[in-house]
Amino acid sequence: MTQQVLNAIFIGSIYALFAVGYTLVFGVLDVLNLAHSAVFMLGAVITYSLVALHGMPFLPAAIIAILVCGLLGLLIEFVALRPLRRRNAPPISALISTIGLALIFVAIVEQATPGTLFGWLWQDGANSVRFPAGTVPNPTYHLAGLTIEGTKLGILITSVVLMLVLGYVIRYTQIGRALRAVAENRRAATLLGINVDRIFASTLFLSSALGGLAGLLFGLAISDIGPYIGRDQVELKGLAVIVLGGMGSIPGAVLGGYLLGLIEVLAFVRFGSNVEAGVAFAALFLVLVLRPQGLFGARLRERL
Amino acid sequence: MDFFVQLFTNPVGFYNQHELLIAQIGINAILAIAIFVTFYSGQLTLANAGFMAIGAYTTVIMSLYLPTPLPLNMLAGALLAGLVSVVVGLPVLRLRGVFLAIATIGFVEALRLGVILNVPITGEGQGLHNPTADPLGGILPILISLPVLAYLVWRLTKSRLGQAWSAIREDELAASSNGINVPLYKMIAFIISAVLAGYAGALETHINFFVDPTEYGITRTIQILTFAVVGGTTNVFGPIVGAVFLTALPEIVRQFASYRDVVNGVILILVIIFRPQGIVGRGGLAIIRPRWWIRWRARGRTAAAH
Repeated sequence: MTQQVLNAIFIGSIYALFAVGYTLVFGVLDVLNLAHSAVFMLGAVITYSLVALHGMPFLPAAIIAILVCGLLGLLIEFVALRPLRRRNAPPISALISTIGLALIFVAIVEQATPGTLFGWLWQDGANSVRFPAGTVPNPTYHLAGLTIEGTKLGILITSVVLMLVLGYVIRYTQIGRALRAVAENRRAATLLGINVDRIFASTLFLSSALGGLAGLLFGLAISDIGPYIGRDQVELKGLAVIVLGGMGSIPGAVLGGYLLGLIEVLAFVRFGSNVEAGVAFAALFLVLVLRPQGLFGARLRERL
Repeated sequence: MDFFVQLFTNPVGFYNQHELLIAQIGINAILAIAIFVTFYSGQLTLANAGFMAIGAYTTVIMSLYLPTPLPLNMLAGALLAGLVSVVVGLPVLRLRGVFLAIATIGFVEALRLGVILNVPITGEGQGLHNPTADPLGGILPILISLPVLAYLVWRLTKSRLGQAWSAIREDELAASSNGINVPLYKMIAFIISAVLAGYAGALETHINFFVDPTEYGITRTIQILTFAVVGGTTNVFGPIVGAVFLTALPEIVRQFASYRDVVNGVILILVIIFRPQGIVGRGGLAIIRPRWWIRWRARGRTAAAH
């Protein structure tokens, strides 16, 4: 059981990291970026591609992948979000245009086989792959009867550190203050001389870089890598997490991520894997209906 | 190109060759009508794939275990979907906008992963074989149902009910202060939408030999949403046009068939940015109207006013 709780913490870190990016965009721009899960997938796919197809060591590959994902965030902003904002379109439109981008990203990977247009990025079509053995050292520790894999421990440390850094940046730095100002009131922020468009672009970059990082960590330690890992494994769970924590709240997303990991593991232990798959959506549904402001009360409701 | 040449020169041959495509177009069009009804009342609900699943599974399970005739089974599927929609709608329809969309997606996935995969009678992950499947005989009911349903929904949008929906869509507060029972009318739209989706699900199992739980997830939901958005939701014909267009598209441009999702995604983005009212809908393009054109139009109007 303790082992299971430990696993819940590992998987919860990924959920939290993914959901923080999701909720950041919702908090600042007031839109739901449904291409976030596709960026998550691309984070894993690009790292895999650099390591396995182009023979790069893991660390530089990961850094490049994270930066590319950040740039994809800018692509999302310029293609799918900014034109709609210019027209004052309702937030639902942004939901739909980001779905369009997600469809494109997933289909590009899904159709890529050797010799096709994107063969340099991905060669396995709709199939799943794993990182080649030994990509990163993976020592196993035994502690008080628990088995801890090195990579999973690495995930935990990376995500906790990053979330702390993000929290610091948002609370205490210039750009963080600007971010919070825009989230609070767009017009007032403009009047104060904040370049709102630039804040939106940075938000998307940051959010997508985090999403890509979550994806590559997920592919490294938890699951196979394939075109559907974003859509099937985290897209809706990420939604569940940010709803649990209160939409737009970063501490809420972090707590929600670990909570969902825990709920899933408990459901798995108690009822088996079939129930585990549905429990996130049942939780999502119940929280939205009974407590739409999120589980953790008004203090965390304050955006970001 | 052959696609159109054949359509006009040899319609009978075209029909024989593309029967399944035509059937799928019909089903997708009915699904598009289903999501249109909730759109028309100003709600973005994405629960239709779930109601489809209810319609499909109910029909097949009744065919498997009961001696009832098929039309009755299909009707039961549609009505059960309607019944479930009342239970789901009561709590969920209090939500608005993005939250409503998320909650209904939650319902779809909770139904699929939580219920269908765990209840033995649905065949769990394996799905069910449909004993009464009849791919060719199934087309006629679809081709009859589509115009009938389209006409009924079109009449509905022109009725008092439809006017109430429009009022709610434009301004919920104003509608309720004018004495429109907003929750009631929203619920009616939700139920009608669910019954239509359940019926489409029942029709679809009739042309397939198999009910597969993976068919009724988020992908399907997004597909249905795409029909409505691309076609436009100002009137009932928009979503139908969207469904016909997007379902036939991979057949028309065969060379892009494997990249159909890329094409769909591009179309979706272009439509939402440049033509938010959809293919069918009044007005021109949104953004690429150049400034001088707008200025020129405005001058024309002020001149006319004097």
